[in-house]
Amino acid sequence: MSIPIAMTVNGKAVAADIDPRTLLVDFLRTNLGLTGTHVGCDTAQCGACTVHMNGRAIKACNVLALQAQGATILTIEGLAPDGTMHPMQAAFKDCHGLQCGFCTPGMVMSALDLVNRHPQADEATIREQLEGNLCRCTGYHNIVKAVQQGAAAMAK
Amino acid sequence: MYEVEYQQARSVADAATLLAKTGGKALAGGQSLIAAMKLRLAQPGTLVDLSGIAELQGIRREGDAIVIGAMTRHADIASSAEVKRAVPALAALAEGIGDRQVRNMGTIGGSIANNDPAADWPAALVALGATVVTGKRRIVAGDFFKGMYETALADDEIITAVSFPVPKKAAYAKFPNPASRFALVGVFVAQLPDGSVRVAVTGAAPAVFRASGIEAALARSFTAEAARAVAVDASRLNADLHASAAYRAHLVSVMASRAVAACG
Repeated sequence: MSIPIAMTVNGKAVAADIDPRTLLVDFLRTNLGLTGTHVGCDTAQCGACTVHMNGRAIKACNVLALQAQGATILTIEGLAPDGTMHPMQAAFKDCHGLQCGFCTPGMVMSALDLVNRHPQADEATIREQLEGNLCRCTGYHNIVKAVQQGAAAMAK
Repeated sequence: MYEVEYQQARSVADAATLLAKTGGKALAGGQSLIAAMKLRLAQPGTLVDLSGIAELQGIRREGDAIVIGAMTRHADIASSAEVKRAVPALAALAEGIGDRQVRNMGTIGGSIANNDPAADWPAALVALGATVVTGKRRIVAGDFFKGMYETALADDEIITAVSFPVPKKAAYAKFPNPASRFALVGVFVAQLPDGSVRVAVTGAAPAVFRASGIEAALARSFTAEAARAVAVDASRLNADLHASAAYRAHLVSVMASRAVAACG
């Protein structure tokens, strides 16, 4: 069984016929070639697959592509369409908010959901709201600093 | 994940027809179901997606009750001004479920239909004396949760909303598993409009239950000390790699006392 699907990804309309069991993260990576969204744990724990669906952070490894039928999806690639880093990406670079970098796309997408709701989040709020993103290098200290700096840069 | 077929339901009646016809399973936010399917612990032949049904959405005040549509996401309950005004404990409970990404997808209806032994919502429903509204009938929470992952729902029965009577006071205290954020023990304490006290416990046993000893103690004295002084019987509680039954029994009275303290 193959089902037609259509959605908007990073501002572009996309459509395909897919097997219903296709996960959103596989649709993004395999069908669309958007490999910035990572698969870490594949069990909805680590958050490396975080993308925005209709403006809200979700774990793309735990959502069927068909659940995003007609939705607006934003991935890490959509933050820097012209090659200039988004202020949050720049803050991660400046603060050394990454070590191996594998969790970074998910961290940045979660950080943006967080800043949208808490533009002036303090450290405790940031740590609480990043509950769903794991960094196996344990680089949380600089990640929290990066989110604070990124939030400040976005407010300007 | 095993192969599966997929149908988008247009209404509650349509969803019931599709479930009866296919023998499939309703898909709400999918935060437990998709994970279970990926692990091949669940193998529905067809998924009937409820996300397109407008009548399952939204939060409204109806007299002395807050009515929450079954497909309302945890995150929307957590941030609802209506819920915060009427029963702030429900908003706080919703904000403590899983993580932000899970709260953005997961729904109250999906959670209670799944009836995970460690889910948070069952404790709120039982303590507040909520009513589960389905496409066919109204079921009081005490009759809805039957056992581990088991509810009173028929295979083709869809939850449309949950109606929570507004209590005098209520609070939820949870000891979360540090990895999963599921409740190792969660206790919801409510003082109902008639003055009676209900204490519902999740995470500790195969299914949500009322802690009658703590209820009796709080009826005499609605204080944290009264709840803390009750010794909870560990004989029917869960024991697993996360906690022994005795430790869970201890946590039940500790979490109950914290919830009473939070009631103010």
